[in-house]
Amino acid sequence: MAKYLLLKHYRGAPAPANNVPMDQWTPDEVEAHIKYMNDFAARLEGTGEFVDGQALAPDGMWVRSDGEGRPPVTDGPFAETKDLIAGWMIIDVDSYERAIELAGELSAAPGAGGEPIHEWLEVRPFLAAPPNVTH
Amino acid sequence: MEGVELRELVPKVLSVLVRRGADFATAEDAVQEALIRALATWSTDPPSDPEGWLITVAWRAFIDIARSDAARRVREDRFDNDPPTGVVPSSDDTLHLYFLCAHPDLTPSSAVALTLRAVGGLTTRQIAQAYLVPESTMAQRISRAKRTIDEAGLDRPGEVRTVMRVLYLVFNEGYSGDVDLSAEAIRLTRQLATLADDAEIMGLLALMLLHHARRRSRTRPDGAIVPLAEQDRSQWDTALIAEGVAILQAALARDQLGEYQAQAAIAALHADADRFEDTDWVQIVEWYDELLRFADTPITRLNRAVAVGEADGAPAGLAALGDVADDVPRRDAVEAHLRERNGDLEAAARLYAAAARSAPNLAEREHQTRQAARVNQLLRNRR
Repeated sequence: MAKYLLLKHYRGAPAPANNVPMDQWTPDEVEAHIKYMNDFAARLEGTGEFVDGQALAPDGMWVRSDGEGRPPVTDGPFAETKDLIAGWMIIDVDSYERAIELAGELSAAPGAGGEPIHEWLEVRPFLAAPPNVTH
Repeated sequence: MEGVELRELVPKVLSVLVRRGADFATAEDAVQEALIRALATWSTDPPSDPEGWLITVAWRAFIDIARSDAARRVREDRFDNDPPTGVVPSSDDTLHLYFLCAHPDLTPSSAVALTLRAVGGLTTRQIAQAYLVPESTMAQRISRAKRTIDEAGLDRPGEVRTVMRVLYLVFNEGYSGDVDLSAEAIRLTRQLATLADDAEIMGLLALMLLHHARRRSRTRPDGAIVPLAEQDRSQWDTALIAEGVAILQAALARDQLGEYQAQAAIAALHADADRFEDTDWVQIVEWYDELLRFADTPITRLNRAVAVGEADGAPAGLAALGDVADDVPRRDAVEAHLRERNGDLEAAARLYAAAARSAPNLAEREHQTRQAARVNQLLRNRR
């Protein structure tokens, strides 16, 4: 088994095929989208492949140390940040192919007009713990 | 004996051990061990005197832990295997435990965790699941909290206001994992109300009961939020409402008003309305004015603006919103609702979308997105 992070972006990913902001959808379309996302996570829990899923608020800022005894320096939030992560799902699957397959399904969640959004998700393999058996 | 009944005994047993001279941290570990043994054996072999059984087993566990710990050898000289006699549980000791677990040196999250374990008798695993953190993290948080208390000494415990705040925090956490934290907070507040005579504790208990009574109607089976106006009131628990109202009336009769009683009065007025249209908003506004005397917070002012909007119309509500700073959480959602009722759908749609962006949890984000979508659809149909 190997773990993969499926990253969803507010900004920074290539534009999806069905690119209408959610508040412009009909209420039924919003409902269908939420149900698809819930069902997807529930199905992966059922197959034993779901690890974690979280959504992030869009606000955030940069922080760095400013040396001992001084408060950290903060910067932001930036309205214009190029890349903004919206949330993630972590899956634990048998193969890279399965990770790609699942990301594809997640990306097909319905949007405006009931058509799949085809949004771009970033798939990142976890660096695993070193194996017990080495050569 | 059910798990909850068993857990009723936990604070009593712990306070007996502490009074016999055990240090708080070790005594608490010992009681947890006795509790786990009780859960394993009582279903097949129930004791005739559960409290006596727990005290005996916890005391032995305490001696074992103290013995096995070389650094605590001193204690071995202090305690014989035979416990001192004549120490029986007392309600003052149990109350003292509540105070200890809300010690002013503890952070809120530590106080919450320690209260749930030492007073509530929940296991570390249950508390960890309820707060969605790893069990090892919660174990560490609890053991640090116990060290803090042992170091601070037992002479400066918390006070009843802090205890109430801790219980209110637990209540608001609601339900996740296999433990119903709201029900647990109600149980502990009920117990607190029997230990200390205080109109505000009664107010807090009434507030919890009145909110809990409406819980089933507040969310759809899929977790979506149902606003007050759309809730199915036939699902409200009338027995809990009646109990909450009775407790509140007894508290108010004492003429020692405080913020929990004022909040409970508002909850009682909502519970009293058979239909949303029957809500006595004028009286609710009056209670918000009372509440402001005790807790003048942006949230109270925001909620008051909602009530003013219902009592005196949307323009009055919008005027009341002028008192609330722009960055107060959920302000956009309230203004969106008032603008919509005032007929300004463009502004409402924009504000609902903004409320979705700044929502503090997923259920609220989805709810506000639905609202934005609904109003945008109205606008499209109008064109």
